[in-house]
Amino acid sequence: MKNIRLIARLDVKGQFLIKGVHLEGLRKIGNPQEYALKYYQAGADELIYMDVVASLYGRNNIRDIVERTAENVFIPITVGGGIRSVSDARDLLRSGADKVAINTAAIQSPMLLTEIAEVFGTQSVVLSVEATKQPDSSWVAYTDNGRERSKYEVLEWVQKAIELGAGEILLTSVDREGTCHGFDLELVRYVSEEINVPLILSGGMGALNDVAQAVRSGADAVAMASVLHYEHLSLEDIRAEAKATGLHVRQVEWK
Amino acid sequence: MEIAVLDYGAGNLRNVCRAIEHLGYQHCLVRTAGDLKTIDKLIIPGVGAFKVAMKQLKERGLVEAIQEYAQQSKPLLGICLGMQLLFDRSSELGETEGLGLIRGSVEVIPDTDVEGGAMKVPHIGWNELEFDLPAAEVIQQIRELSPVYFVHSYRAVDVSYENLVAHCVYGGETIPAIVQKGSVVGCQFHPEKSGYVGLRILSGFLGD
Repeated sequence: MKNIRLIARLDVKGQFLIKGVHLEGLRKIGNPQEYALKYYQAGADELIYMDVVASLYGRNNIRDIVERTAENVFIPITVGGGIRSVSDARDLLRSGADKVAINTAAIQSPMLLTEIAEVFGTQSVVLSVEATKQPDSSWVAYTDNGRERSKYEVLEWVQKAIELGAGEILLTSVDREGTCHGFDLELVRYVSEEINVPLILSGGMGALNDVAQAVRSGADAVAMASVLHYEHLSLEDIRAEAKATGLHVRQVEWK
Repeated sequence: MEIAVLDYGAGNLRNVCRAIEHLGYQHCLVRTAGDLKTIDKLIIPGVGAFKVAMKQLKERGLVEAIQEYAQQSKPLLGICLGMQLLFDRSSELGETEGLGLIRGSVEVIPDTDVEGGAMKVPHIGWNELEFDLPAAEVIQQIRELSPVYFVHSYRAVDVSYENLVAHCVYGGETIPAIVQKGSVVGCQFHPEKSGYVGLRILSGFLGD
């Protein structure tokens, strides 16, 4: 049996948990560690930390946050933002991350995926893709938190990255991100049919049945942010609804 | 009682250490064969590649030291790659000999399932344990509990039924999840990343 994963995504800027819409117009939400602990206790299957300004300023201030989080959160943690080298990845993995998510640096230098996979294994390399739909209906991968257009068409880039060592794909629809209007099902269908590594769909979670739609369209996991941060929905209800619609989800066991 | 986590340069041992601390136990890191002599409980964590890990164990003179430790029937817990190292050999990055504490070998998870459909590798996520043997004392508490977190591309094969305590099923493929031979136990999943259930498994191993 394979359980789909319900993942809480925490975008971080400096010391704050933040949230935007279409990865822009960021608002402060609160203390990231507090939210991480809250989601862990509510039964999140994984956490994703994304340092949203790291690639803009080349900073890596998220290490301390990860380190403090890992002291009392015992589920997998993926960390992305500003990872430019094997040594950056090592620092984060040592701080408590289980996987690193890479976008901008991989587009600039795709071999980085291979270098990290060779040292830490493909299972710790997540390719983060910020997909934006173009006027001609194609999807293009963006970098720097949805700001810069890359030369890659999304599927072409994902396939290349998997060949190079990415063990998992975090696929974010920039168009849906922060809107709570539902996942981009067309996007996940398009990508998931052509790949053979786990895919996390991100961007747009807003209603209880969005999870089932995402999974039926090919997602192995869904990442959620606004809907949890603003308490529109609870992880308990999302899990119960997923189960009720026939999805396999982890049955969370309390003490 | 001296609890030790093996630091052989591979893997992410900090997460295991944090979980041990969270459970209220003290521990030390062991890096040399000499360190191992005074240890009562040993955990071998592991993320990374089999071949590289064995090379690091050899360079530190730890292969024989671990084998001697196990011969004294002292508790040993191998996690993920640390579990795979307990077997005779692995084919990861070329055939490599393991610690040989439990019979079996380690092979890549096939990328097609039993019906010929595509199967995603690595196996990442929460999966249920199915018990094949009455669980050992160490892990008794986890029966009937919620799933545990797996992340791996290789799995044990040819494990003798008497050593296979629990397995999970992935794409129709049986994946050994808990193996045991005497005081030597291996978990393919990560108890330090499996929430409360994982912490309980660890606590079962750490407690008396």
